[in-house]
Amino acid sequence: MNWGLVFVAFIFGGDIVHIPDGYLGPQTYGAMFGIMVPLWIKASRVLNKTLKSSQIPLIAIGAAFSFVIMMFNVPIPGGTTGHAVGGVLLSILIGPWATLLVITIVLVIQALIFGDGGITAIGANCFNMGFILPFVGYYTYKLISGNSPLNSKRRIIAAGIGGYVGLNVAALFTGIELGLQPIISHTDRGVPLYCPYPFSITVPAMLGEHLMLFGWVEAIVTMAALAYLLRTNFIKEWEYA
Amino acid sequence: MHKLWKVIILLVILSPLGIIVPYLVKAGSAWGEWGPEEIKNLIGYVPAGLERLSSLWNPILPDYNFKGWEEKPLLHQSVAYIVSGFIGVFIVGGVAMLIGRLISRR
Repeated sequence: MNWGLVFVAFIFGGDIVHIPDGYLGPQTYGAMFGIMVPLWIKASRVLNKTLKSSQIPLIAIGAAFSFVIMMFNVPIPGGTTGHAVGGVLLSILIGPWATLLVITIVLVIQALIFGDGGITAIGANCFNMGFILPFVGYYTYKLISGNSPLNSKRRIIAAGIGGYVGLNVAALFTGIELGLQPIISHTDRGVPLYCPYPFSITVPAMLGEHLMLFGWVEAIVTMAALAYLLRTNFIKEWEYA
Repeated sequence: MHKLWKVIILLVILSPLGIIVPYLVKAGSAWGEWGPEEIKNLIGYVPAGLERLSSLWNPILPDYNFKGWEEKPLLHQSVAYIVSGFIGVFIVGGVAMLIGRLISRR
């Protein structure tokens, strides 16, 4: 492994959970849309049965929260920046399938209007941040919280661990998708066409910065927001908690 | 529920911290902000597909900033960031509301 290059990628790597246009080749971004279409259909079917009209305002607030929390870039001094997503918090409030839909909306608007994340990478970004993060994080939270009472410390900590684990697994998938590029997309002479960095750089860089900092940011945001919502009693129904 | 929207508005107003703090501690730009020039500086060439796809889309408010304001002082950029935040919150909230209604009504 070339640690010098890993270091370079770590320092300059940045907010890679929002994959931009040009970093994934057509085989990969096409496949990621292919994976997302049935998941989007499944989400709308599940919500068709379960979503109550009284929950719609909470879904809108959830979308707004996820959008604005991603604007708070947290820096590694002298290095790169990253941010929380709020995926596990949203799952506890509205369920993981509604969260998939909400984060999809946020990512599409971010790509179209603000150029944050690529148009071609919408499928991949929705898979990592909208599917992997909330589902892995939410079921980690469920496993740890068990039957503990709603207002217990254990439940808050479980939500934080869910956020940490979920964001890190999402980062791992991002690293894999990027690291795949030099293997599957290159010229006849082996020059990469898209992301030029191999697994040995993308995976340690992605995991490193998220294990070290951004996972903790997600955990703290999740725990603080959940504690605030439990204390203020704004949310009356906790059917997914 | 109205209280929660107030929290969102407060977060939008505070959001420039998300560009000011990285600036103060000299954090670099994210991968998405690498133009083909910067990539060339890093690895010595620009991957052909990356160059082609990276200019595919022209967003209205690139990087939550007004077009042509990239070199403006941080104070100006903070204003653009807050405006972008309100526009984004309004649109994602509206679209989520709309899709939620479409799905739950059926």
